[in-house]
Parts: sequence; C-alpha cells; structure tokens
Amino acid sequence: MSATTLHAPPLSRTRLGLRALMGAAVVILAAFPLLNMLPQDNVLHVSDFLVSVSGKWICYAILALSLDLAWGYAGILSLGHGAFFALGGYAMGMHLMRLIGPRGVYGHPTLPDFMVFLGYQELPWYWLGFQSFPFAMLMVLLVPGVLALVLGWLCFRSRITGVYLSIITQAMTYALMLAFFRNDMGFGGNNGFTDFKELLGMPLNTGAARATLFYASLLTLVGCYLFCLWMTGTKYGRVLTAIRDAENRVRFLGYDTTSHKLFAFVASAMMAGLAGALYVPQVGIINPGEFSPGNSIEAVIWVAVGGRGTLVGAVLGAFSVNGLKTWLTSAAPDLWLFVLGALFVAVTLFLPKGLVGLIQGRGK
Amino acid sequence: MTETNKITRRAALLGLSTALAAPAFRPSFAQAAPIKVGVLHSLSGTMAISETALRDTVLMMVEHQNSKGGILGRRLEAVVVDPASNWPLFAEKARELLQVHRVDVTFGCWTSVSRKSVLPVFEELNGMLFYPVQYEGEEESKNIFYTGAAPNQQAIPAVEYLMSDDGGSAKRIVLLGTDYVYPRTTNRILRGFLNSKGIADADIMEEYTPFGHSDWQGIVTRVKTFANQGKKTAIVSTINGDANVPFYRELGNQGIRAEDIPCVAFSVGEEELAGIDTRPLVGHLAAWNYFMSVQSPANTEFKNLWQAYIKNPRRVTNDPMEATYTGFNMWAQAVAAARTTAVDAVRTAVIGQEFAAPAGYTEKMLPNHHLSKPVMIGEIQADGQFNIVYKTAEAVPAENWSRFIPENANRRRG
Amino acid sequence: MTRIIALLLLMAAAALPARAQDAFLDALPGLGGNFTAQAEAVDRLGAAGDPRALPVLRALSDGRLVKLSDGTLLVRDGAAFTNAATGAAATPAEADTQRISINNRVRVALRGALGRLQIISPDAGERLAAAEGIFRSRSADNVGLLETALARETVPRIRDQIALALAVSRLVSADPAAKMAGITALGGSASPEARSLLLESRAANPDLAGQIDAAIADIDRRLAIRRVAETAFQGLSLGSVLLLAALGLAVTFGVMGVINMAHGEFVMLGAYTTVIVQDLLRGHPTLAPWSLPLAIPAAFLVTAAIGAAMERGLVRHLYGRPLETLLMTFGVGMMIQQAVRLVFGAQNREVISPPWMQGTMLLPFDIPVTANRLWILCFSLVVFLLIVAAIRFTRFGLEMRAVTQRRPIAAAMGIRTGRVDALTFAFGSGIAGIAGVALSQIDNVSPNLGTGYIIDSFLVVVFGGVGSLAGTLIAAFGLGVINKMLEPWAGAVLAKVFVLVAVMVFIQRRPRGLFPQKGRAAEA
Repeated sequence: MSATTLHAPPLSRTRLGLRALMGAAVVILAAFPLLNMLPQDNVLHVSDFLVSVSGKWICYAILALSLDLAWGYAGILSLGHGAFFALGGYAMGMHLMRLIGPRGVYGHPTLPDFMVFLGYQELPWYWLGFQSFPFAMLMVLLVPGVLALVLGWLCFRSRITGVYLSIITQAMTYALMLAFFRNDMGFGGNNGFTDFKELLGMPLNTGAARATLFYASLLTLVGCYLFCLWMTGTKYGRVLTAIRDAENRVRFLGYDTTSHKLFAFVASAMMAGLAGALYVPQVGIINPGEFSPGNSIEAVIWVAVGGRGTLVGAVLGAFSVNGLKTWLTSAAPDLWLFVLGALFVAVTLFLPKGLVGLIQGRGK
Repeated sequence: MTETNKITRRAALLGLSTALAAPAFRPSFAQAAPIKVGVLHSLSGTMAISETALRDTVLMMVEHQNSKGGILGRRLEAVVVDPASNWPLFAEKARELLQVHRVDVTFGCWTSVSRKSVLPVFEELNGMLFYPVQYEGEEESKNIFYTGAAPNQQAIPAVEYLMSDDGGSAKRIVLLGTDYVYPRTTNRILRGFLNSKGIADADIMEEYTPFGHSDWQGIVTRVKTFANQGKKTAIVSTINGDANVPFYRELGNQGIRAEDIPCVAFSVGEEELAGIDTRPLVGHLAAWNYFMSVQSPANTEFKNLWQAYIKNPRRVTNDPMEATYTGFNMWAQAVAAARTTAVDAVRTAVIGQEFAAPAGYTEKMLPNHHLSKPVMIGEIQADGQFNIVYKTAEAVPAENWSRFIPENANRRRG
Repeated sequence: MTRIIALLLLMAAAALPARAQDAFLDALPGLGGNFTAQAEAVDRLGAAGDPRALPVLRALSDGRLVKLSDGTLLVRDGAAFTNAATGAAATPAEADTQRISINNRVRVALRGALGRLQIISPDAGERLAAAEGIFRSRSADNVGLLETALARETVPRIRDQIALALAVSRLVSADPAAKMAGITALGGSASPEARSLLLESRAANPDLAGQIDAAIADIDRRLAIRRVAETAFQGLSLGSVLLLAALGLAVTFGVMGVINMAHGEFVMLGAYTTVIVQDLLRGHPTLAPWSLPLAIPAAFLVTAAIGAAMERGLVRHLYGRPLETLLMTFGVGMMIQQAVRLVFGAQNREVISPPWMQGTMLLPFDIPVTANRLWILCFSLVVFLLIVAAIRFTRFGLEMRAVTQRRPIAAAMGIRTGRVDALTFAFGSGIAGIAGVALSQIDNVSPNLGTGYIIDSFLVVVFGGVGSLAGTLIAAFGLGVINKMLEPWAGAVLAKVFVLVAVMVFIQRRPRGLFPQKGRAAEA
C-alpha cells in the first residue's frame, strides 16, 4: 500500500480476481454440508469431521477479518483481539449454560453444574437475562464493543500507537485471562463451560445442528466481508487508510482521527465477538485459555500470512494456517511447531504482502 | 479446495500418520486390519511436561502387546495426535481420531478441562476413552473409563493420616491449591470431612494461586504465621504441575521442615520431583495409588518394560503412568474376552475386569467406570523417591460422587 | 576438650552407669520395630543420654541403620558395618540387610534425642541444630542439661538459641517460678514459634493467662515490624526477578526498538545452559561447587551467539518494521521451544543449588530472608550496574548510543552500524541468558520457562520508559513491591490483575512511561 492513496484505487484485475476467489471459496464451502449427505464411498463425499472442522475455520476467518479491519486498514495492531473473541464466546456460552436448565447432573432448575458443586446458592446478577437468546446476542456484540470503546478511547486519545498499543492490548487480554481463571468470578474457572445441550431448540449433537451453525457462520462471514468491503470503500474508509499511513498529517488536515479509529476498533471488536459466539457451540467449549496472549498473536499471524490490508487475504490466511495446523498436529505431532514457526518467519521475511501478494505478483 | 485435492490430502494424512506413529510392521500378523489405538496427549504447550510420559507409556504398551502377538491375532497401531494443551483442539482431535482415523479406543487427557472438552464428542460418536489421572470426581460417562483416583481414594485417606498419631496429629489444616476445579472440589470435600471430624472453619486456611505461580514467598510466610497459633498444623497441597518446584524450593528455603509442618501433596510424583533437590524436603508427603518404590513383581515388570522402552535411567515411573498401564491391560483383556473391538461389547466386558497392577494389589473395574485402588502415602526421600509409610490393607472402591458434597443427594441418575 | 569429657562424665554419673547401660541396650531393639516402637525407643535413648546412642541415632536419621533377619541392628558406614549394640565390626550377607526406614513421627523424636546428645558437641553447627531440636521437643527434663550447656556456651547465636530452648523447657515444667521465668524469656524473643508455644500453654495455665498474654503482645509488636520488612524484601525480590527478565529486553527493545518475542526463550536457553554446565562439571572435585557461577559466562556466550545469529540472519531484514519483527520472532520462539523440548525432553530438569544459596539468612534485626532470593537480588543489581557501565563507559557502548541516536551520522563517522546492531542484539540476548541462570534457582527449568516472563518484561520496560535503564530498574522494583503489598488482601491472582490494570491506566496518562526519552520526534 502506498502512502498517498486517498482515492479509491481502481478495481484492478487482481482485485477482481481475489473477489472471484472469495466467491468461489464461499460456494465450495456452502456445498460442504450437502456433499456430506452423499454416501461415504462417493468421491465427492465430505466427511463429518471436515464439515465440523471447517465450521470452526470459518469462525477463525471472521476473527481474521475483524483483525484485518483494525490492523490492515486502521493501523491498530491489537494483540488482544482474542479477548473480544472470547468475550463473545463467553456470552454465548452463558446462554447455552442457561438453556441446559434442570438437565444438569444435579438437576438444579437454574444453577449450572459447576455452580452447584462449588456451593453457589443463587445465580450471580451478571448471569441474569442470559436465558433469552436476543439478550445473549446483544451481549455478544455489546460486551466486546464496550470494552473496545473504553480501551480505544483511552488509548487513541492519549495518542498511543504502534508497539505501545500492541503491548497494552496484550496486557488487557492477559489480565482478563488471569481474572477468568479465578473460580470466584463465577465463570467456571479453568473448566469454563462445556457439555452444552441445545441452541434455539435444536439439540447440538446432531448433523442438522452442525449444518445450521455452519451456514450461520458462513453467512456471517459473507456479511462481515461485505460490510468491510463497503466500509473500506467509503470516504470514511479512505481516511482510515490515510490515518494508518500518516496519522499526524491526517490530524493536521483537520480530521478527528480518534473517532475514526475508535469506530473501526469497536466495529472490529464486535465482529470478533460474533465470531466467538459462533465458535463456542461448534467446538463445544469455552474456557479462559481463549484469552491467552498466544492465541491473539496467532490470529495476527493468520492475517500476516494471508496478506494484511486485503480482506480476502485475512480469510485466506485463517483457512490456510488452521488447515495446516489441523493436518500437522496429527501427521507430525512432534514437528508441527517447527513447520508453523518457519512459515511465520518465511512469510514475514519473504512475503510481506502474504499469500495474496503471491497471487497479485502473478497477476501483474 | 477441490475434491480431488481433499482426497489426496486425506490419503496423505493417513499415510503420514501411519508412517510416523506405527511401530515397525511385522509380517507375521494375519492380513486383518490393525486395531487402532488413539493417543490424545499434549506434546506441546504447558501440559507437555506431564503428558509426554503418558504418550510414551501408551506407545510402549502398543509395542509390547504387538510383541506378544497383538490382540485377537490383529496388530495394534497407535495414532498419535498433538492437542497442544489447547482445550478446543482436544475436542477437534478427539473428533478426528473417531471420525477420520476410526480408532477403537483412545488413551488420553490429563486436565479435567480437556476431559470435559472431549466428553461430548466421545458420547456423540460412541467412542471409548481411558482417562488415567486422579481427579475431582462428580462425573460418570458411559464412554469414559477413569483409571486414576477419585477423591476418596486419595485426599481423604491422606488427611486422615495427617490427623493420626503417626502422621503428627494435625489440628489445623492449610488447603493450598491451584485455582481450578480439581483443588476447589477436593478442598470442598475435605472441608466437609474435616468439619465432620470436629475441626472448625477457623482452623482451616484455604488459598488459591494461578497456574504456573512462581512466587510463593508471601504465601509460605502466611502459612508459617497460620501455623504458629498453638496447634499442630499440616498443609494439604493440590498445587498443580509447574508451580510445585518453586513452591517446594520456597518451603525448603524458609525452613518449613516436615517435622513441624508436614505437607501432603496430591499432584506431586516422581516426575515432578525430578526437577528439585529433595534433601530439604525429606519427610514431606504425597498420597497416590502407586509409587515407583512399591515392591511387587508386577511393578518390577512394569519398570523393566519402561526402561527397556525409554532407555534413559533418568526417566521415572509415576502414578498416572501406572494408571495408563493398568487401563491398557484391562482394555486388552476385555477385547480378548469380548472377541471384538466394538465399543459396546468392550464396554460391557471391561466392567469387572481384574488386573494385578504394579501397585501390588489386584484392581478391579467397577460398574461406575472407576477402579478399586489401594491408597498409599509416601514420604519424600533424599533421592527423589518415596518411602511408603502407610497403605490400605485392600484396594478401596472409588466413590466418584462424594458423600461430602450435599448436592450429590439430588443428583439425577442414569 | 577436658570440659566436654567432664560434662560427659557428669551426665553419665547422673544417670547411674549401670542403669544407663541397661537403658541403652533395653531401648535399642525398639529401633527395628514399627514407627510407634521406633519413636518410643528413640525417646528412651535420648533420655538415657548414653553417648553410644549417638552414632546409632545418626545412622537411623540418615537411613544407614539396617536390620538383619535375626533382628540384629547394624550401622552401615560406606561398605563397612558395625554392630549397633556392641560397636563390633560385622560382615553381613548383602541380601540379609534390610534398611530401616523412618517417618516424621520418628524424625520428631530423633530431633529431640539427637539434640540432647549433641548439645555438648565440639562442633558449633551441631550445637546450634541441637539447641533448635531441643527447643522444638519441649520437655521439662531438659532444664538441667540446658542450664549446664548455657553456662559453657560462648557463641552468641547458639547461646540465644539455648536460652530460648531453656525458656520453653521451663515453660512446660511443673515449677511455677520456672514457668514465669520461661514466659518472660519467651516474651523477650521475636520468634513466631515461641508465640505458638505460649498460645499452646495458655490453655494449660489459666492462672498465668495475664502474663502469657503480655508476653504474646510483646512478641507481636516485634513481629509486626519484622513483617513489614519481610514484605518489603519479598517485593524487592519479585522486583529483582522482573528486572532480570526485563533487562535484556530493555536493551533490544528499549535501545534498538526490536520487539523480540523470543526473549523468553533466550531466558529459557540460559537456564538450560546452567543445566548443561552442571552436568558437565558433576563430580569434578574443584569445579563442581562453582558450577553455578561458571554457568553465568557460559549462558551469556551461548545466548549472545544465538542472538547474533538471529540478528544477522533474520531481524536485520526487518528494521523499521517493528510489528513484523514481533510476528517473526514469535515464530522463532515457537521453534526454539519445541527444539529444546525434543532435545532435552518436556520434563523439568534439576538444577543444583549450592549450599550458600539454600536456607534462610538473618539480616540485622533478625529479619529472615531466603538465601537464594537475597543472592538473586544482589545479582540483579550487579548485572544492572554492569550494563549501565558497559553502555556509558565502553567503546561499544558509545557506538551503540551513536547508532541509536542518529544512524546515518554514526555511519558517516566510520562506525560499522551493522556490526554494532549485531553486537547490541547479542548483548541483550546474553543478558537474557544470564537472567536464565538466576531464574533456574527459583523456577522450573522446562521448555515453558520463558513464556511466563515475556508479558511482564514488556510491561516493565514500557512502564519504566522505553530507552531508560533507570526507568526499567524503578519500574521493576516498584511493581514488585506493589504486587506483594496487595497480595495478602487480594490474593495472588487479583493482585496481579490490579497491577496490570494500574500499569495500563498509567500508560494512558503518560504514554512514554515513568522516564520518557527526551527528543523532538512527534511520534516514535
């Protein structure tokens, strides 16, 4: 990205090509649950495992997209996006826990199992309302959004940028991780939430539920992609890119950089929260490990691998790194960290524009 | 990703994992498909420190069983995956083992959260998991066999010992733990037990620390203060994993001797002690169901097998390894008895299996999917081994639903 | 020497020789029995005061007492055996010897018995241990023995300990006057154990409750002052750990602006170098005790070499792109960690602490501090001063400062900036390695060692002000002390969360940290 583009770049052939790639990927993914219904010996059969694992990758792709909006377009390198993801996941997890109701091991009408055997007498106040799906969805967006608003307002106002901002966001997710690990917080401590039963009336351990969640995630991914595409194309988006490249110049030109950045950061945090909410019912667990700083850094690396500053790149990065990880943790359980580590090193050294850069390079 | 790509990818995946994980192919076996044994232990991340030894134990057992001719004339093949101490990845890898590799049985997990993460997967896909670590109880899945201790097989006997004449007649108890569900539940059970023995809440101190806590100065000082209130005090430690080394260093350096304030631990075994100079710790205790120093023919066989496999005299055996070994043998016996590896048949056959465990007792799989196990208390020796100072006369049956948790009375059954 | 013999004779005479002999031989077989019998036999042997019991009890304590199948007890000394009852040499069949093991209950009895037998030992260390043993075994029978021992003791520290033991023995005696003397003496101490004993005796002596309470209040006053000092030391000690972990980063990040996420792994490599050095020197007669100090230069060289290689091979290509460096070094850290795991195994490795780093030391005013932490505190300050000196007073430091301030001008002055970059990065990495040597003394040596320190280190550097070594020093100690002050109220986890939040809020107020670098740049 050059430092001078305040005008929207013309739709080049590579740009169109990338969008076509994204469209094709969405169509192929959309076919997965259908292909899953084919008989097992059919060449086109997609295994149950691939369907469930790709549902998870889609959630990661939404997280990557949200990070790319903050980092690739607004220049805010958040090393704490995992926290927004996890908070969204926790909000959804609380809803799922409430839905278990009296079907828990101890048969308590309202309290989740972990509260019963830790001796809670009544539900903590912050758990109230989560039995309602609309309320839970509101919280999925609101909690990460408000946190991002407060943190962003404090940081951007003090003109904290670059590395300092990264370290502060990292400290934020680390502090949240330590806090959520405490059992006294009422979020189940290290065990977090598991053994969910149903969502919106459908039992979660069925193929139909998996397919539904899969499509919901895919739709959200497409929605977020279109939203980002639209947003980065507007005048607002172009100012954002300008702030990324030379914040002081934009400020001296009279733009309110703080609120521009703040909007992007909050929107990005909400998207991450949404990704977390879709992720939890699919993997069946949420625990404070999701807050670990390493997870957030990994998400940044997906974006870097795919190509920072291009929306397709973020999605591509999330899919390729996680696909590689799923494959290697079985195929080379002792060596996968070397492969992944070497990939990160190689991408930052040789592919500063990521995988998308490779495609663009060929397009020119 | 196109479909042909996917197929080759899957083929490559299967081929590679077979090549990497399977022991050398033995032509003497009939052409029947191998029995697949999943190994679901973290090989990287924070839990690798404990779990890699269990991976090695399962691989050793697979090799050993194959050298005895496999089971039902079929060769065993291990499928090793790395869930990397990441709980959602545990669930994903469990699904992969069951759906892609179609394993017949899985040995895996260490932490409760990893077990809770894979439990719905094993139930949904009707798999079979052997879980080899002591835990807080309050669980019973038809798809999981628990070969580690339940609280009544470890925590309560240990505290009874501390309160006995031999253990120093403790009147005040410090409950120190890492802040997660096993210590919380265990300490809740212990508090109920202590209250029932007439120890008031004022004489119990309970404190929790985060995972990997390394600065124990303040807490050890507070324990000393608590102990100097005119009554004999003992520490019950449910501190997990990595945090133990700095904790014991601090105990030793602040001069807390076992004669004055004995500390009994439930998560410290030979493996953890390998990283510490144990001379200042002589006399502190651990409660387990097995110690490497047990004198029994079965233990000699176990230790010889381990050394022949690992070829490193520094590597010790410990309780979860013994539980893995026992669980593996019970599963192998059950498969032989059921004449199939089908999960439902094997599940029925596992219950009631007996095995002369390295602990020196015959252990039995009970209908509640837990084992009867002996309880042993050992004092730390200067060489990093344990001197067994107490053991139960017989194997104690597991109570996974503790009677000291009142809510268990309302538990739904079935 | 003659006085010792005289005392021995005195003791023997007091116990009537004929009966003493019987008592020794009577009690001895009990040592081969169960724990109850052992404890009882030890008590009797200690009470009899027969010097022949001393080698037997020591052997029991060290696990060198063996039993033959016929019940005979032998003391093993290397390969030689002597009969415990007669002292005659013996040659048992190896298969027949069974080691006698003991438990805590026997150990408690042993401590008292050995104390009685060793209080007149010519060795000062043994006398001190003996006085401590008698102090804890609290028996009224010891009053006479302790009075004699106190009269002839010359070492002040041992005298104090004997006086304390005497006070305790008097406290539990039947004589009211002696009791009062004991209470007064204990009230004059600052020993938490003494406080505990007074509390214990309060129930047994309701008529003395007033005096006992006064004595306890006395002790509490002294302990309160000591507790403040202890908390301060613990905070400083935590600060020194933070400082050591952060210093290397203060150089690579603070001076060069390189974000090295593999910093924690360099610390870990330093700790593993310590393990290797100790393994290599194990059994070497002269060098083995010095293995820890020797590991310091070794760790510096190893990690500095790896750091230099990393700078030349990788980091150099990413100058001016700090965020990419962050991602790249994260990948390098992953690889280093897994490599160590594969080479050394995932299990903890044992690091030996030299004797001078074990146990508790007493600072002035009897403030107890643990030796390893005191050494690490001093060590961190020495390392800090050396770094400051290296940057301030050496040629390398001058060139380093020049390159940081204005790279093109430094290059124009003939400084080989590339070489200076490599050396600076190597220097920072080497310091991380040194930190690893120190941390190996308080934390696990496992592949995960470094992960726990990386975030704290970054915060310390940012909090102190990037580029300011003094800021790093003050930030580390400040955060350490605050953390330890909060801990008793908030618990270990919340204390840490509070500190993290406080630092985050502080950075909002002063984005450049405690000691901002002065300069004209509008943005970093």
